[in-house]
Amino acid sequence: MTSLPSHTEKKLGLVIDLDICVGCHACVTACKGWNTENYGVPLADEDAYGANPVGSFLNRVHSYEVKPEEGAAQLVHFPKSCLHCDDAPCVTVCPTGASYKRVEDGIVLVNEGDCIGCGLCAWACPYGAREMDPTEQVMKKCTLCVDRIYNENLPEEDREPACVRTCPTGARHFGDLSDPESAVSQLVAERGGMDLMPEQGTAPVNKYLPPRPKDAPTDVLAPLLDITGEEPKGFLGWLDKTLERLG
Amino acid sequence: MHPAPSIILFTVLSGLGFGLLIFLGLGIPAVTGWSAFAFFAIAYLLAVGGLAASTFHLGHPERALKAFTQWRSSWLSREAWLAAITLVVMALYGAGLVFFGTRLGVLGWLGAGLALATVAATSMIYAQLKTVPRWHHWSTPVIFLGHALGGGALLAGEVQLAASLLLVLGGLQIWAWLQGDGRFRAAGGTMESATGLGNIGDVRAFEPPHTGTNYLLTEMVHVVARKHAVKLRAIAYGLFSILPWAILALLPFSHTLAMIAVLSHISGTLISRWLFFAEAEHVVGLYYGKR
Repeated sequence: MTSLPSHTEKKLGLVIDLDICVGCHACVTACKGWNTENYGVPLADEDAYGANPVGSFLNRVHSYEVKPEEGAAQLVHFPKSCLHCDDAPCVTVCPTGASYKRVEDGIVLVNEGDCIGCGLCAWACPYGAREMDPTEQVMKKCTLCVDRIYNENLPEEDREPACVRTCPTGARHFGDLSDPESAVSQLVAERGGMDLMPEQGTAPVNKYLPPRPKDAPTDVLAPLLDITGEEPKGFLGWLDKTLERLG
Repeated sequence: MHPAPSIILFTVLSGLGFGLLIFLGLGIPAVTGWSAFAFFAIAYLLAVGGLAASTFHLGHPERALKAFTQWRSSWLSREAWLAAITLVVMALYGAGLVFFGTRLGVLGWLGAGLALATVAATSMIYAQLKTVPRWHHWSTPVIFLGHALGGGALLAGEVQLAASLLLVLGGLQIWAWLQGDGRFRAAGGTMESATGLGNIGDVRAFEPPHTGTNYLLTEMVHVVARKHAVKLRAIAYGLFSILPWAILALLPFSHTLAMIAVLSHISGTLISRWLFFAEAEHVVGLYYGKR
């Protein structure tokens, strides 16, 4: 049934640090690589070397310019993938039961064998987290690398989503957001982690850490350029005053 | 939203077919035998033709039967059930009229109610989507039901009733267009709320995540051709409401004129349904700085 579970035992998800992300798109590449070779049908790349390349991705990195009222504009890189919402509208609209939210860990998945490719779940998602694969014509979305995180054939350090494992700056964190003691929950509490589009009422599990406030701009050369320095004393002080008096 | 021809045809044709079934179920017009057969054939061609068109936009139409499984949560699944049950009930009722000259009143009333519910379920597929503020409103079912009832009365040959319904439908549609225009803004989504960066300052899309297009942009950020929306609204209104009303209410009845009224109404409804999709803006566009 595509009804949402009333409660999930865990809330596995990502915490993405917008202060640290440098917009290198390594997570996009790692995600595409892992998810093309593992869970479900491969992610398409049509006309990859031609004039109109198009394909499906489960993770995309936007870049925004943010202009404060005073001071310089900031560039913020913004990775976006499925937020594994508690109140996921994509799940309940599905007519076939292909979309579901797991009770054991809260991951939202698509059973591709049941997907008729109607696209209604992608319409219901406010975040653009679901893309219809142009070749296979089934809905693709982030699986939170469900085939990595429980995979005992992988070394323990690799049992996290490919995007988190690959991030060179440590801007992505993975963990259980239902446990207030978990590292990710602590990070969210400490840094004021936020929901995207709260007005949509989707209760996303993934959280975003806002960029830290910038220091006030300082002119580092100013003290060196201050040629008068302190008021002169002694002989130089007498000379200074005398010369001033001469006009 | 991308105005896919298969979905426009589906909603318009099946809306008309089920609209006609509503009136046939109520015994309007009171036909039996061959003339009943003609009315039912038209209704079934429209309803079933529309449903068939809807499968053209599926990635995997061979799995379409799976869409009957989730009626407890999904409006699309409910619509599939209601459409199927309506067609079965009305087939039994129609068989009574065509072959036995008997009107099974209770069955007819039940079929009419089911046909009405089917159109309502179709409209709820769109009205349920919070992500498309223009659709997420009770005016969406009102407009879909209005088109089904107005078009149904027209096809049923109810001159006076159709004229009145089409006039009322025209007013409702204009009202729906106008008050729908402000709903995206009223829903409160902005680039600032989408990115959560609003408390730093104004947000502008600096670089898109991909150099080409993608499914999200082609499916949900349909910005082309919207510039003629006002003219198209006027044309649609003239064709689905004013012209058929004028023909029915002001001119003496003739079958040729009635046919012109029907064609005019269907053309206008197709344009208005195209606008229903083309003018609808999805909140995901905010991430791209487009709507």
